Amino acid sequence: MSSKLYEVFIRSKAGLNHRHVGSLHASDEKMALMNARDVYTRRQEGVSIWVVEAKYITASNPAQEHQWFDPAEDKVYRHPTFYPLNKEVENM
Amino acid sequence: MYSQGLTDAKGSEEPQELLDAFQKKIDAEIKIEPRDWMPEAYRKTLIRQMSQHAHSEIVGQLPEGNWITRAPTLKRKMILLAKVQDEAGHGLYIYSATETLGVSREQLTTELLTGQAKYSSIFNYPTTSWADIGAIGWLVDGAAIMNQVPLCRASYGPYARSMVRICKEESFHQRQGYEIMTVLARGSEAQKIMAQKALNRFWWPSLMMFGPSDKDSKHSEQSMKWKIKRFSNDDLRQKFIDATVPQAEHLGLTIPDPELKWNDDKQGYDHGEINWDEFMNVIKGHGPCNHQRMQARIKAHEEGAWVRDAVEVYQANQQKIKEEAA
Ligand SMILES: [Fe+2]
Ligand SMILES: [Fe+2]
Repeated sequence: MSSKLYEVFIRSKAGLNHRHVGSLHASDEKMALMNARDVYTRRQEGVSIWVVEAKYITASNPAQEHQWFDPAEDKVYRHPTFYPLNKEVENM
Repeated sequence: MYSQGLTDAKGSEEPQELLDAFQKKIDAEIKIEPRDWMPEAYRKTLIRQMSQHAHSEIVGQLPEGNWITRAPTLKRKMILLAKVQDEAGHGLYIYSATETLGVSREQLTTELLTGQAKYSSIFNYPTTSWADIGAIGWLVDGAAIMNQVPLCRASYGPYARSMVRICKEESFHQRQGYEIMTVLARGSEAQKIMAQKALNRFWWPSLMMFGPSDKDSKHSEQSMKWKIKRFSNDDLRQKFIDATVPQAEHLGLTIPDPELKWNDDKQGYDHGEINWDEFMNVIKGHGPCNHQRMQARIKAHEEGAWVRDAVEVYQANQQKIKEEAA
């Protein structure tokens, strides 16, 4: 059977992001949505579901994790705590 | 370096520096994710462990499914249906996590149906009375919880995450089983006897669920180092016994082990020797229901073929309609 792999994302309640919860097999989007409802939301875990065929996801390469993400490490000036606040100014 | 590691993983030699870096990550409790480099042996061990686990969830539906149509009340029937449906869900969570290791669902299914893959020995025992459904929820799901809670911290991310989901659902399973036992144990004399007999049948097989004794357990040491196992078989078994004995006492039921007694020094119960011959026998396929379970799985798969075919035809037709409309 030509089943495809879908990744499943669920919004647990209004106001929150959809979050990846796992994957499943289905023959098309409609079936993927129905299966996702049965597999991942049996206890009201969600109010909205996204399914996307796994092959359409482009991911960063874990081997390049350091090249990609370490440059942000030494840019402490991007954080408010880098700037000492004069005592006289209480809140900013 | 990364791609070299990948190539090497398929052959025999894996660069020591990659192996060291991998172990360092695990020691630091950093999770391993699907596309990270991992030793081939780690991948293989995980596939074996996780697929066995998934198969157990699936086959585990059968002994309880046996009582869905005969549950004593509509309420019990609805609860049991929900519980068995959960087990199917558990199987799916773990299958999908296993697939992230590069093995296909089809292959996993084939391994189960051809008997190449194993599943938990406990599901090869019959459910001969309604009380067995209570005993299974209480003891079998109880033992499963003991096993699964530490696995929520397993080093492989997708496995750990599926365990978190599963553990959330398991406590309902155990409680509904204990409630069945409570009602029977406080019922008529005949019901009380039913409950005791179910405990007698499922006590020892439940202890066997934790696997061979530590001195005979061949995979333990490496698995502990990789943190895909957090406690030894005997430690988990001891925890289970210590937790369960007072629950049995509360029901007024007797654990079928004359050697069971509290040991003040170790602050735990001593227990009689497990019948390891019986355990090995069931593992090798000669338990009371091994054949029946496999037949049921094969039959379900074969009789479901028309559904898979129909889906395929439907999908082709939909495609055609789409193309014609375009
Ligand atoms: Fe389960
Ligand atoms: Fe369960």
